[in-house]
Order: sequence, then structure tokens, then C-alpha cells
Amino acid sequence: MPDPIEPVSLPAMPPPLPPAMSYLRFLRTVVVRSFSGSWRFYAWMTLLSAVALVGLNGWGLQLLHGMQVTHLSDHVSWGLYIANFTFGVGLAAGAVMMVIPAYLYDDHEMHDVVIIGELLAISAIVVCIGFIVVDMGRPDRLWHILPGIGRFHWPVSMLTWDVLVLNGYLLINLHIAGYLLYQRYRGRSPRRRWYLPFVFLSIGWAISIHTVTAFLYQGLGGRPFWNSALLAPRFLATAFISGPAFVIVLLHVIRRSGQLKVGDGPIRTLTSVMRVTVLLNLFMLGSELFTALYTGGAHAASVTYLFFGSHGKHALVPYIWTAVTLNVVSAVLLLTPLVRTSPRWLLTACGCAFVGVYLEKGMGLIVPGFVPSTLHEVVEYTPSATEWKVTAGIWAFGLLVLTVALKVGLAVWTGRVAERSSVER
Amino acid sequence: MSGSSRRVALKVVGATLGAGAFAYAGKPVAQWAAGLEIDDLLRRHYKELTPDEIAQVLRRVEEQTKEVHGVDVRVTDLRPQDGVSFGYALNLSLCIGCRKCAEACHHENNHDRRTNNSYIRVLEMTQGSFDMANGRVDYDHAVPAPGKYYMPVQCQQCDDAPCVKVCPVEATWKERDGIVVVDYNWCIGCRYCEAACPYHARRFNWRAPEIPADEINPEQGYLSNRIRPQGVVEKCTFCLHRTRQGLLPACLEACPTGARVFGNLLDPASDIRWVLEHKRVYVLKEELGTRPRFFYYFDK
Repeated sequence: MPDPIEPVSLPAMPPPLPPAMSYLRFLRTVVVRSFSGSWRFYAWMTLLSAVALVGLNGWGLQLLHGMQVTHLSDHVSWGLYIANFTFGVGLAAGAVMMVIPAYLYDDHEMHDVVIIGELLAISAIVVCIGFIVVDMGRPDRLWHILPGIGRFHWPVSMLTWDVLVLNGYLLINLHIAGYLLYQRYRGRSPRRRWYLPFVFLSIGWAISIHTVTAFLYQGLGGRPFWNSALLAPRFLATAFISGPAFVIVLLHVIRRSGQLKVGDGPIRTLTSVMRVTVLLNLFMLGSELFTALYTGGAHAASVTYLFFGSHGKHALVPYIWTAVTLNVVSAVLLLTPLVRTSPRWLLTACGCAFVGVYLEKGMGLIVPGFVPSTLHEVVEYTPSATEWKVTAGIWAFGLLVLTVALKVGLAVWTGRVAERSSVER
Repeated sequence: MSGSSRRVALKVVGATLGAGAFAYAGKPVAQWAAGLEIDDLLRRHYKELTPDEIAQVLRRVEEQTKEVHGVDVRVTDLRPQDGVSFGYALNLSLCIGCRKCAEACHHENNHDRRTNNSYIRVLEMTQGSFDMANGRVDYDHAVPAPGKYYMPVQCQQCDDAPCVKVCPVEATWKERDGIVVVDYNWCIGCRYCEAACPYHARRFNWRAPEIPADEINPEQGYLSNRIRPQGVVEKCTFCLHRTRQGLLPACLEACPTGARVFGNLLDPASDIRWVLEHKRVYVLKEELGTRPRFFYYFDK
């Protein structure tokens, strides 16, 4: 029998910790909660980790043996990696479609879930940076592109602009999400001046990341397929398809998991956005096709190859027709009352739109820029197994980041985890 | 065993397996990192090196070539000369499409033997058409073929070069004598320049070049034909290791028909000036505003 212990009288609430201690404790909570959960959580994280490791291994072999392990060539010098990068930037920018209603239109229901958009933006940017790094022949020289340390060819090179806007977007969203969550954790109401200016900044910044990414391609006179003023508007339209589509699916998953109460309002708003952007995108695609095919000649060469194949080569034809079909299906579905009454149809529409944009803006946009080559050689490209492995690995890693961010973020957001709560589970 | 200790045991097993998987998957990355040399990692941009540092770097490249390829080479760093600005012209009436120039480039510039790389691509064009869509590079028959003319294309050393413009790290730039060069030790391998070039002039080292020791050209320029590292971009440099000491480019010397004319645009007595003043020359894709230093003309 243990010795009797004199009971100590506890205050009703523990006293607030000094800020530094409190922040460290917050970080500890984040880490601890990232590694604990149900068996489903472990299974999901194990799966993602395994795929990410396959990707890491593939990238390592690429570093050792050179980029010969890809199917890229001097003719098609960018492929699957840059295609995924471009799509990823759209996903990151698309999350702003939650921020605008929540903050500009004071949509309260959206405001309750807007943190999801910010966490998605962070994860998507991580994916983008991943694809840039694996596309580099010499990632050991990454420091050459850091402003102030390397030789930053700003403002002339559009790639330096992309470095600035992507990393800036990452920092802005880390700040907003981090600040709001930390204040929730401490049980304080956030001060508007510490986050609201950044929220408005992030709206403009979201537009900029995808505009700059379009300008990377759009400004190249030697590539008629990309050299179109419509590229940046198309990029934005597709961003506002893939972003909302992904978020709608995410909101359904979160609602089911019971992690957060999700109203119908945000889903309705995002569906309305998509209803417009899907049509807008198809319209702009049609406009591009008309210009190329009606004019004919050199301008039609890439488009002809993309949609119909040329010189007996057809590698991209299945991609683009699948993309167009999916985009049309999603457009039609979104116009029917089905998507309002049945979540299943809505999710189908979102899935079609997401994959459609992925194919159209990924492989369907990057590769035909190189075919035919600048000397009009028709050299084809299909990604190698290594490229698919690395690509899957980066997406898995991005989902890993998103899962952890949502798991911890939503627990704090809903007050299930707080500094002064007695229950930490 | 209680529920919680089973949980702990499972976590320990899981963490161990996870760490093992991570170590296994990451092995190639670690192997690659182990092969990197600190001097190369920290080396600054060519333009930031002092003459002493350049001298050291040149010796270092010679040593590395000896280590890897077992060959003694001489790596120089010839600078642009005052009063010299290079230009190149090609007489399409004389070119017969024999590809001797491409072959000479391959050997002179220590290109990878397996890919048969060269900075020059020769297009077989159809009489009556300037459209490259009607040309082909993979012709395989006796030349010149009837109804055809031949157009070799290499770096046009543009005065407003898209490749220089887009490079995010200034690893490629235009020298005073008009030659666009690449610092192979600064290039990050993003290949944006390859996407930007309208003339298919740039090549990427998809793997480390392989050349039999007895075929390596030992006279090498730091910014030109030294053996390139894996993962960086390269291009035609008008053979600056030759031309900056008064020699002619290898492609010109190899041409059996005398179709190629090279020289100093600032020297009124040069052949290139005579061609520019007396022939109706044109440049490729003039509408793109790249202002090439490579001119084409027909004699008759």
C-alpha cells in the first residue's frame, strides 16, 4: 500500500504559459498528434509513406545515373515533372476560391472551413517545389537560385519570379494558417491586423502564382503552341476548376469523418464557381483550337499533333481526348439538377473535372509545346517508369503533408486540442 | 499483455520497419551525395573568380579529367579579344548535306560517343520551300539528292538570345565577342534555355559523357569543349578555344565545299564582311527578334 500523499490544491485553470514555452508546447502537440491516431490513420499514412519512399528511391537512381532514366530528350526536354508542377500550382491557387467568399463576401459558413483551403495551398506548394527539384539536373546547386546567395537573374528570367511568388505564397499561407491555429490553441481571438492584411495579400498572390507560371511558357517566341496571350487566363480558369473540385471532395471526406461540421453553403458556393469555370475553360480551349486550326500552317502543327497525331505519331491523342471528354462530362453534370440533390453525382463531376484538368494542363499542355521541335522534328515522349514512380512519390508526400495538416489543424480549429484544456486527446 | 503495451510494441516494430524502409529507399540519394565534392559544391560563378582562382580551377579540371578518363589534357580560359566580334555565314548553294561539319563538331567538342551528339543538325530541305516542316534531318542516302538543298543549323549566337534571358541563375551569357557561353559548373540543369531556344541549339547531358581515352581532344576550353559534367546544358561556342587564338571553327575546316565563312565582323577586310556586303543574306526566324550572328545565303 503506497504512503498517503498530502493532496495539493490545484487552481481551476493552469496559469498561461510564457509565449515561448507556449509555442514550443504547441509544436510538441502538433508533432505528437501527427504520429498518433486510429488504425485507419496508420494504414493511410503507411501507404503514403511507402509510395513516397518508392519515389525517393527513383529520384536517387535518377541522381546517380543521370536523367537518362527519364524518357526526356533534347527534343522534349520537359515532361511529366513539369506537367505535374504546372497542375500543382493551379491546385494551390485554386484554394483561394474558399478565401474570397470567406473574407471578401463575409460568407460565415465558408469562414468556418476556410482553414482547409489554406492548408491545401501549403501542401500543394510543397508538391510544386518537389517537382521542380526532381526536374533539376543538378539539385546540388539549388543554392545558385537563392536571391542574395546565388546569382538571381531577376527580373529578366520568369523562373526567378516563380521562385519568389511560389515561396512567398507558401510563407503567407504558413503565416495565416499558423497564426490562426496558434491563437485557437491558446484560446484567444486572433487580432485582425495580424492576419487580415495577409489574407488579402494571399488573394492577389494566388492569382500571381498561376499568372507567372503561365508566363514561363507564354513568353517563349520559339514555341508557338505556348506563345498565346490566352495561356494565363486559361491557367486561372483551370485552377478554379481543380482547386474547388478537390476541396469539395475533401469537404465530403471531412464531413464524414466528423472532424469538422461542414455546412452545405461552402459546397454550394464552390459548385457554383466550378459551374462557370468549367464552361469558361472549354470556351477558351475552343478559341485556341479555332485560332490554330482555322489559320493552319505552323501554328496548327502542335495542335494537330496533340489532337489527331501527325507523321504517324499519336502518343498524346488518348490524353487529350480523355481530358476533353471528362471536361465536357463535368460541365454537363454541373448544369443538371443532379449535382444539387445527389452528392454522388457531385463527386463524380468533381472527379471528372479534376482528372480532366490534370490531363489537359499537364501532359496536354507541356509536351505539345515541344512537338514538333523548333526544327520541326516530330519526336515523341511518353514518361518512363522512373518518372511515374517519382511523380507518385511526390503526390504521396503532398497528401501526407495535407493529412497531417488537416488532422492536427482541424483538432485545434474545433477546440478539441487547446493549451488549457484538460483533455489532450 | 495489456492493450497499451501491445500498442507500444506495435509502434516500436512499426518505427523500426519504417526506419529500415527509409534507409533502404534513400540509399541511392546518399550514394549520390557521397560522390559530391565540396570544392565543386561551393565553387562560385565564373565571373566572380579571380585570375588565381581561375588558374586553380583549370588545374582542378585537368586533374579530374586525368582521374576519370586517364588522359592528360590542357584546359585554357581564353578571353574575348578587343576589337573582335564574331560572325558566321553559310552558303546554301554550296552545302551538299554531307554532315562532315557535324562529325567534326562531334570530335572537336568531346561529345558523348553513345549519343553521337553534335551541335549541328543538317536539314534536308525541299526546293521551293523555306519551311522546315518540309525538311528532315534523318535522311540516309547519297547527297546531294535531286530537288533538295541542305541547311545546317547550329547555335545562332543571337544578340538578343532567349536562352540567356530565361536562365534563372545567369549560368549562360553573351561574351564581348558575341559568343554565348555556359558555365558548366554553375548551370542547375533546369533546361529552361532548351525550351526557350528557337533553333534547337542546346543540349543537355542526360548522363555523364563517355569518350574512349584515345579519342579525347586534349586541347580544351573551360567555357567550351572540356568534358561536360552530368546534368548540365551545353552548346556551340564557335569553338572559342580555337577561334580566340586565330584558328577557324572545326566545322568550317571540315567542310569540303567551302560553304562556310567565319570571321571578325569588325574587320572591314574580313571574308565575313565581304559576304555580308555582297550577298543577299538572311537569318533564321528573323521575325522572333533574336538577332542571330549566323547568316545564310544563296550564291545563284
